[in-house]
Amino acid sequence: MTVDRDVAVEANQVSKKFKLIHERNQSIKAAIMRGRRTISEDFWALRDVSFQVHRGETFGLIGENGSGKSTMLKCLTRILRPTQGSVSVEGKVSALLELGAGFHPELSGRENVFLNGAILGLSQKELRSRFDEIVDFAGIGQFIDEPVKNYSSGMYVRLGFSVAINVDPDVLFVDEVLAVGDEAFQRKCNEKFAELRRAGKTIVLVSHGMAGVQNLCDRVAWFSHGQLIQLGNPREVIEAYTGTVQSDRQVDQQGHNRWGSGEGRITDVRFVDEAGDRTTRVRSGESATLRLDYEMSAPIERPVFGIAISTLEGFNVTGPNSRDAGCVPQALDGTGHVDITFDPVLLLPGSYDLTVSLHDYTCLHPYDFRQNVLRFDVDRGPIGENVGVVSLAPKWRIDDPVTD
Amino acid sequence: MTATIAEYRSHRELLSNLTLRELRSKYKRSVLGWAWSTINPVVYMVVYTVVFKYFMHVKIEPKVPPPSGLNVYALFLLCAMLPFSYFQNSVLGSLTSLTSNSNLIKKTYFPRELLPASTVIANLVSHAIEMSLLLVALLAFGDWRALVYLPLTLVFMLLLAVFALGLGLALSALNVYFRDIEHFVGILFLVWFFMTPIVYSFDTLGSAAKPWVVDLLKVNPMTDATLCFRNTLYNGTLPGWLEFGYFAAFAIGSFFVGRAIFNRLEGGLAEEL
Repeated sequence: MTVDRDVAVEANQVSKKFKLIHERNQSIKAAIMRGRRTISEDFWALRDVSFQVHRGETFGLIGENGSGKSTMLKCLTRILRPTQGSVSVEGKVSALLELGAGFHPELSGRENVFLNGAILGLSQKELRSRFDEIVDFAGIGQFIDEPVKNYSSGMYVRLGFSVAINVDPDVLFVDEVLAVGDEAFQRKCNEKFAELRRAGKTIVLVSHGMAGVQNLCDRVAWFSHGQLIQLGNPREVIEAYTGTVQSDRQVDQQGHNRWGSGEGRITDVRFVDEAGDRTTRVRSGESATLRLDYEMSAPIERPVFGIAISTLEGFNVTGPNSRDAGCVPQALDGTGHVDITFDPVLLLPGSYDLTVSLHDYTCLHPYDFRQNVLRFDVDRGPIGENVGVVSLAPKWRIDDPVTD
Repeated sequence: MTATIAEYRSHRELLSNLTLRELRSKYKRSVLGWAWSTINPVVYMVVYTVVFKYFMHVKIEPKVPPPSGLNVYALFLLCAMLPFSYFQNSVLGSLTSLTSNSNLIKKTYFPRELLPASTVIANLVSHAIEMSLLLVALLAFGDWRALVYLPLTLVFMLLLAVFALGLGLALSALNVYFRDIEHFVGILFLVWFFMTPIVYSFDTLGSAAKPWVVDLLKVNPMTDATLCFRNTLYNGTLPGWLEFGYFAAFAIGSFFVGRAIFNRLEGGLAEEL
């Protein structure tokens, strides 16, 4: 292992065992009667995980739910003690695990700021000098002397975030709390993170938002079933991770909402490569072909195929059909397929749901309608944009006064 | 020992913040607020005085009046009862300090020891107020010796706090694993209170009680603590070295044992809560 830069955070063969408790004896009587406290099964939330985070680096932990990334974060922040192995963190630590975790509901915002700040390791002097900044940042204003139980949930987390971020840590641990407050507050948070990064602080974050991870992180570690699967360049690791998640998905999307009179059916939906083989590779800015297999039990006149692509929240991005495109055969019978080529794919990286349909020419009578039949991921490709869901393929021109 | 003190010193700001939190939240939204911490012992004093002195006509004061010249049962009682109830409140309070702050333990890191410690210190603050009021009362009754021995009384208060902290550390950590402890210790303190010469005097008991009861009282370190407090406050004399030594040894011993138990169990707290 070469240490060319200073190491800020190190996990050394960390394993963490939890007991999955089947029967818990929280009383002495039961413990003595049964001769043991619990009947349990061991569960390894982390197995032999080692990595180093360099000073000034932003390091992401990704993985599915239950993969061990949050356990790792808790071990790093010393909330949990590893069963085996060790962790070391250099410098002043602040953690954003749950905002306002240390708040006492009956105490005022002011009292809680001092208490929470002290828990995070700030001295009274530092707190006094930063107090106004903390309150300003949270946007609490005159409510600072109210008991925090009267705060709205937004105010509560904003104040918690504000204290934690103003600790001026050397190492900051963040667990999926970036999405706090309204848009204006979000922007302030992002600015604060950028500021911390510029100041050379080390940030370790856990997130499910792949776009954010890719933008923020210098390196990413992918956890699965308590093990470190891959560590390295964010783009490569995220691609590998979303690849496995995607292949899992198709299976459990089978047989979702489907209706129609059934004279004609769409039997399969998939992306295909040039050779016509199934593929999961869809990249923003590259071409992709979607293939629908059909099977007609009787000749259908002037059939109309349609697709709709929506975000996971259900927002329809687009919904083209073959009639609008002027591509309507006189009649179809037997089996065959329809290819829909996107050249290029203008969707931005993310996950989308695909709905397909087969209607008569009026588009009023459905033969087959399969809702959310395929969930697919669009990966980062030649289009470098990341705001919104689609690119309008803009062409930029800026005259360079120097070369003119 | 010095390392332990240095460790506490390095966290003194957090400790004082946690203590303030404890003090502030205790009497929030109550009209009388802080007055409650003095009302309690006064009511106990009245109840015990009435029951023992007027209902049961028990002669429980010492036969010979002490050098201070005091012969007031209420003061006699308070000089022992205030330290004991401080001890009891501190132990019972720190006992639940971990379980009632589970959110703090599961989501943030700081030395968990500070939670029982802040409870003991917060109680010490209200105890100090009660003791100052008692001192004023003693002086009003002409016991100027209480003022002379005040430094010694302060040492006893500190030792009692260390004793309570030791017990509180061990029991609070154990209570996370076995919640019975909370209930058990509540009962234990009831027995302990009457097995300590608080409402009666150790000397008058000596002749009346069975020898094994006297032996049991002698083993009880709180007996020695009570004798120490009563000597400097009520009697206006120095306590015996044996009593002081036994009390001090128990207090310091309990602190280190309690701390060792706490440190052993500390690692698993976040999981167990």
